[in-house]
Amino acid sequence: MTKQVDARGLSCPQPVILARKAIGEGSYPIEVWVDTVTSRENVRRMAEKAGCRVAVEAVEGEFKLTLSR
Amino acid sequence: MTERLTRFFASRWGIILAGAVIGVLAPLLSKWGNPPNMGICVACFERDIAGALGLHRAAAVQYIRPEIIGFVLGATIAALLFREFRARAGSAPIVRFVLGVFAMIGALAFLGCPWRALLRLAGGDLNGILALAGLSTGIAGGVWFLKNGYNLGRSARTYPAVGWIMPAIMAVLLVLLVFQVKVAEDGALFFSAGGPGSLHAPIVAALVVGLAVGVVAQRTRFCTMGAVRDVILMRDYHLITGVGVLVVVALVTNLILGQFKLGFFGQPVAHSSHLWNFAGMALAGLAFALAGGCPGRQLFLSGEGDGDAAVFVLGMITGAGLAHNFALAGSPDNATTGVVGGISTYGMAAVLLGIFVCLIIGFAMREKRA
Repeated sequence: MTKQVDARGLSCPQPVILARKAIGEGSYPIEVWVDTVTSRENVRRMAEKAGCRVAVEAVEGEFKLTLSR
Repeated sequence: MTERLTRFFASRWGIILAGAVIGVLAPLLSKWGNPPNMGICVACFERDIAGALGLHRAAAVQYIRPEIIGFVLGATIAALLFREFRARAGSAPIVRFVLGVFAMIGALAFLGCPWRALLRLAGGDLNGILALAGLSTGIAGGVWFLKNGYNLGRSARTYPAVGWIMPAIMAVLLVLLVFQVKVAEDGALFFSAGGPGSLHAPIVAALVVGLAVGVVAQRTRFCTMGAVRDVILMRDYHLITGVGVLVVVALVTNLILGQFKLGFFGQPVAHSSHLWNFAGMALAGLAFALAGGCPGRQLFLSGEGDGDAAVFVLGMITGAGLAHNFALAGSPDNATTGVVGGISTYGMAAVLLGIFVCLIIGFAMREKRA
């Protein structure tokens, strides 16, 4: 089952903290929702460093990042 | 093209560029007229703006600093160009205001924001070490709260007009500055005749530098508090690379310009009261960490539509007024008499009160873990 992380409206560093926690739980894929480009880039950088593949999709001004191994 | 530029600015080279740009331009601003080791200081410059508006009457620190205006408007321009301008607000604004007030009181105990701490160090002012140690301690406290569920809650998208308020305020300040508005003989605006407030680069130079820094910093998310926080929180060295580059480049620029003077005592617009340099910045660091950004970053966020960051900025400007009206700000060393400066007993009380308030905010605003 896809894990959902809703980090919309949260300011730095909350989206990264939430995404990292989800990665720590170890089941994939993980969908992270963010609503700023800053959060998108921060989550992407953290996830790539943690060894995930990251696919980004823009949905009505928000972003869905799908993290997988 | 836009996307490729965005990826570049988000990359390691992007943040190195940001550090280098600030590292060169800040010492140059000192060369062009800004106070020594104060080419850029967000706290000091917001304090000067508060003074120019008459929110405090410390005659030596009153001037509308075009750099601050440039930071906000530069971030607005960058956000519009890259379609990132996004009006949002509603994440505990009153808490952010209070954090801004105490962040400023802490920063003025030291006499500088984190940027100036770095720039002072790069000019040979070793008090910067105590300040950065204090800043890191405060941020470490903030990280502890973050790890324990501290969170100011979500902001929500709102009317575009909300996001335009801060850029509009800056535009008004620019008009007031350009026309040197004076409503009465002893009324606002106030411009210092002596002291740090009277030292400033030409308006156009300061504004252009401010705009350039605003654009680069908005794109790269340059943040001194975030730099330290990310290292402590998750061993992420992205932002701190930019901070390191800033110090090295500013050091080299200062050496080339002959603006380097090593020591603790008698540094320009600085005091060498070690304990209060440390404690003041510890308070500031804690407040920045709880608010999610250093003073510079809050300006850039406010320029791209973040109404909560704008409230933090207004809190800092209010804090500057309080700091000078209540004699809380640091006074510099006196090089002639050899007397070491520092802060008043009221200042000490205010720093301790600030730490206490920040701790309450940190403990009280934690989401219960499910």
